[in-house]
Amino acid sequence: MTRNSSTPVWHYRTRTQTLIHWLGWFSLVALTVFCWQLMNENTIWAFVSDAPDQAADIGGRMFPPAWGYIDELWAPLWDTINIATLGTLMGVAIAIPVAFLAATNTTPSTRFVRPVALLVIVASRSINSLIWALLLVAIIGPGLLAGVFAIGLRSIGFVAKLLYEAIEEIDTTQVEAIRATGASGAQVIDYAIVPQILPAFWGISVFRWDINIRESTILGLVGAGGLGIQLSASLATLAWNQVAMIFVVILATVVIAEWVSAKVRQAVI
Amino acid sequence: MLKLDKLSKTYATGDTALRQVTFEVTAGQVVGLIGPSGAGKSTLIRCINRLVEPSEGTITLGDTNLARLKGRALRRARRRIGMIFQEYALVERLTVMENVLSGRLGYVPAWRSFLRRYSPEDVSQAFSLLEKVGLSDYFNKRADALSGGQRQRVGIARALEQNPELLLVDEPTASLDPKTSRQIMRLIGSACRERNLPAIINIHDVMLAQQFTDRIIGLRAGEVVFDGSPRALTDQVLTRIFGDEDWTRMRGEEPDSEQTRTPTVDLAEGV
Repeated sequence: MTRNSSTPVWHYRTRTQTLIHWLGWFSLVALTVFCWQLMNENTIWAFVSDAPDQAADIGGRMFPPAWGYIDELWAPLWDTINIATLGTLMGVAIAIPVAFLAATNTTPSTRFVRPVALLVIVASRSINSLIWALLLVAIIGPGLLAGVFAIGLRSIGFVAKLLYEAIEEIDTTQVEAIRATGASGAQVIDYAIVPQILPAFWGISVFRWDINIRESTILGLVGAGGLGIQLSASLATLAWNQVAMIFVVILATVVIAEWVSAKVRQAVI
Repeated sequence: MLKLDKLSKTYATGDTALRQVTFEVTAGQVVGLIGPSGAGKSTLIRCINRLVEPSEGTITLGDTNLARLKGRALRRARRRIGMIFQEYALVERLTVMENVLSGRLGYVPAWRSFLRRYSPEDVSQAFSLLEKVGLSDYFNKRADALSGGQRQRVGIARALEQNPELLLVDEPTASLDPKTSRQIMRLIGSACRERNLPAIINIHDVMLAQQFTDRIIGLRAGEVVFDGSPRALTDQVLTRIFGDEDWTRMRGEEPDSEQTRTPTVDLAEGV
């Protein structure tokens, strides 16, 4: 606040703050311009300029989709759904204990156990399902099992992170009340914590299943089973109308998965 | 009979919530604990069932010194003490029946409570308590479907389901309207008389305290500054407890609102 002939004047920011803000925005713009230059050094503009023609060409070859190809897609589709579902179950089963060990209000030791649980979560989350699948195909060989493990390992971190955040946000007075009755630790979890996190738990699990359906459609690209195997075969032979058919199947599956997960979430909350 | 001897509590932040609190509560006596916010009322009753760890002093219930108990022994002691909370503290997503039966948790093994397989005696006691508090038709409702007054009645039933030897009541009426407040206080009073149950009721409404308790203890800045019959609460005594200048002084420090960072599940107490 400065005084200007006895009427107080209020400024949102001081002069220095204004300057710092202005400098901040200026350097952001400068950085953007610089990055744009750097990024497009190797761009061949001739290719970019005929991109619309290329897109129209491929689009033309995709249409109409090879509707008859669906007969060969049922089995991989079933595999895809199985990979997503079993992977989610595996991930959730491991994520539950990890979440309880990671939440500050339930962990047995903030100094030793919690960091380990957080490390598990970060390790699982930082690696994409596709990379997990690449690794696992190399370790346990190509096929459904590698896909299930890839989806499962990726899901642990996602589910555990959201679940431990839900555990940390519970109402502590309910926990106090149950502790005051002389309940043991297991009973406190059963009566005071689980009822509070159950809606979050179902919401998270179904959401993850929904994401996993989408992710498992591409795992076949690296040999982990499911629709992706068909997709990579069709891409390799430039059979664009088959690729289009696979896209249609993926789209339909994802729409159905989303509808199911929305219904389940409505039911539990 | 409950006996507190030189009970003190200093929080990790250095705030002293209780200083050398000493008093006895005999069987069947309903004690009202009054004082300004931040005086340590909540801390005092939470020290008794060890939701807050006392720093010094002894708490004797019957023959047990509660202040030094750990693990299983502490849980055994807690089940003898019923507690009623300000915001009811019911498990919102469980049914009324499950909430009342949770009063038996200290007595049943975890697998039984997990499967909700309580003994017929526990269940019939829960039904008769629900009838007593006027909620017999509500046993299958979820707790979050009830009104404030109804929830507090469930809270009372849960505490009594423990068959406690002592009742700790933390601001039972703070979230209720004046009429419901009186009904709830009357219910707590009659339950205590019926069972010859001693109770400590934290309450900031002096009128309610005078009307429904046998004895008043005034707490100010963690010290007992008054202990006597409700009729002896004169204006002079009230000034001694609440004091005018406290308005400005109390604002900065409210040890009651201090959140102690104890883990929700304390493994030292055993799983």
